[in-house]
Amino acid sequence: MTTHNILQYLDPEGTPTQTLPQWCSSPDWLLRCYHYMVLARQFDTKAIALQRTGQMGTYASLLGSEAIDVSVGLSMSSEDVLVPYYRNHACQIIRGMPIDEAFLYWGGDERGNASAAMQKDFPNAVPIATQSLHACGVATAMKVRNQKRATITLIGDGGTSKGDFMEALNIAGVWQLPVVFIINNNQWAISVPRKIQTAATQLADKAVAAGIPGMQVDGNDVIAMREAVDSALQRAYEGKGPTLIEAVSYRLSDHTTADDATRYRSNDELKEAWEREPIKRLRNFMVLSQFWDENKEQALLQEINQLIQQAADDYLTRGIQPVESMFDYLYAELPDHLIEQRDWAIVRAMKGGSHYQEGE
Amino acid sequence: MTMKHSVCLLEAVNLALASEMRKDEDIVLLGEDIGVNGGVFRATANLRDEFGLKRVMDTPLAESMIAGLSIGMSTQGLKPIAEIQFMGFIFPALEHIICHAARMRNRTRGRLSCPLVIRAPFGGGIHAPEHHSESTEALLAHIPGLKVVIPSSPTRAYGLLLGAIRDPDPVIFLEPKRIYRSVHQEIEDNGEALPLGRCFTLREGKDITLVSWGAMITETLSAAELLSEQGIQCEVIDVASISPLDTETILASVRKTGRLVIIHEASKNLGLGAEIAATVAEKSLLDLQAPIARVAGYDTVMPYFRMENHFMPNTQDIIDSVNQTLEFV
Repeated sequence: MTTHNILQYLDPEGTPTQTLPQWCSSPDWLLRCYHYMVLARQFDTKAIALQRTGQMGTYASLLGSEAIDVSVGLSMSSEDVLVPYYRNHACQIIRGMPIDEAFLYWGGDERGNASAAMQKDFPNAVPIATQSLHACGVATAMKVRNQKRATITLIGDGGTSKGDFMEALNIAGVWQLPVVFIINNNQWAISVPRKIQTAATQLADKAVAAGIPGMQVDGNDVIAMREAVDSALQRAYEGKGPTLIEAVSYRLSDHTTADDATRYRSNDELKEAWEREPIKRLRNFMVLSQFWDENKEQALLQEINQLIQQAADDYLTRGIQPVESMFDYLYAELPDHLIEQRDWAIVRAMKGGSHYQEGE
Repeated sequence: MTMKHSVCLLEAVNLALASEMRKDEDIVLLGEDIGVNGGVFRATANLRDEFGLKRVMDTPLAESMIAGLSIGMSTQGLKPIAEIQFMGFIFPALEHIICHAARMRNRTRGRLSCPLVIRAPFGGGIHAPEHHSESTEALLAHIPGLKVVIPSSPTRAYGLLLGAIRDPDPVIFLEPKRIYRSVHQEIEDNGEALPLGRCFTLREGKDITLVSWGAMITETLSAAELLSEQGIQCEVIDVASISPLDTETILASVRKTGRLVIIHEASKNLGLGAEIAATVAEKSLLDLQAPIARVAGYDTVMPYFRMENHFMPNTQDIIDSVNQTLEFV
């Protein structure tokens, strides 16, 4: 039943498994890619530390999906639209989301979705698979207006079991929409392993019923990811319709900081997955190709560390929003019947007011 | 130069859609069977011929998808008007309506918004199969960030739909299908919208306030007419926008009449009547000279059509309730 062979250029040791694409002869893209992958990992480490010390809310780690997120972020043009799920912080940061506002989102503040730099990109989709359909709507708008733009949307392996995902593949096929679906198949949907999500051999096989191309890619291999995403985007720009990319990765973290994966998966499996992780793989390749060394590595780690620390500090100094902001973005214009509630909310929250409670 | 048309509610919807689509290139229609077929009720008849495939899109049969697509389009500057074939089939779309359309503006602090309209026929009275006759408007009126509009006549359908299309926020436009074709009115196709979030006083009176919306306005107006023959002057208020609710118009009327009967086809339990009654009790209890009455559907599953007339309130129910309220001392 398997319809595709997995696309891979680098093995887990960073050794090429086939002739590399022409663009790999220049280190520029790979260096940028590595920069953002390291940034993603340090963001992740900091976010978990902030959560563990009570300074941030529940956080969904992207540990293990850096190659997917970063290659997508770097391949997209600023004219394209990203419709993420909730594990795409690196992609969002590459596309302009300020790092402190990424912390702010996970710190329980709507302003984390508000940065003008995010343009028309969607905020995180927390209900599973709804984003797949929103992406098709965005792509429809592009198509109706004859624009040479594309939409990229991501989803986890668990999300592919939902009707919305299949409805999205279906409409994208029928309308030949400029949309790229990327599954981050990280093997685990909280505690449910990939094998009991579906009897399909590959998640990419789900493209078959929708009549669209599907492919499986090594999601720990940035070169394979870039090749797949670039060609899918190119198809979209050329009006050739949608593509489904199954990026095979591994969730090296818990589902979120509220989860404990030791309850349902073995240490051996996790240890083995770390052997395939994306950052080490790219670093090995860059060292093999002689454009990376320990000095550069240390300099980069330090540079990123400062960047992340500064962003975390900036996040921590942000005060909470005025309480009336609850009302002020509900509608373009506040309906009359809410004026009274809004006024009361302000009084109730006022220092010295009878119901005043210190904001957390 | 505008033409006058004698139209039913359904034709008024069609007229409003065509009129606004001529003015605003960003408007697109999508839904099941809305293209060649013009919709199962013909609300979109001939629109595909005039506006083409790109603006009148027949979709695959998936309501969640219709809502999801509309959200995506609306955030990018299109103005989608989606048709859900019957309100009984809107439930797969609710996740998108509630979790995304209604809160996009709020969760992005205004960066993105979802100016879209979702139209759906609702209510009983046309002897339709099961799941085709329910009135579940209160579910939607409960959701912050949505607007829910229900026309009660061709005139109001035309003006309110234009208002809904021009509104910068997501609007659910529920069309009472029982009166889709039963009432004709002269409409001038002048592109004038009616305001959302405002009640309409259809009839002034000093003795009692009758509050209703949708198809039940027909029964309410005929009850008021019959009662006037007995010398009882009913004030009839068409809520029209069940969310946001114009409580001021209702309160002003109750302050004048001191008596209130709320009429709706939907089940009584937690229907919008309960919200109106609670608001009047909170704000105007001492103006009341009698308990508030509600004439509503039973708290049962909507029966199959052989019994639907037993479920839906009728003119006599309203007259009885008015008399009871007036007799209270």
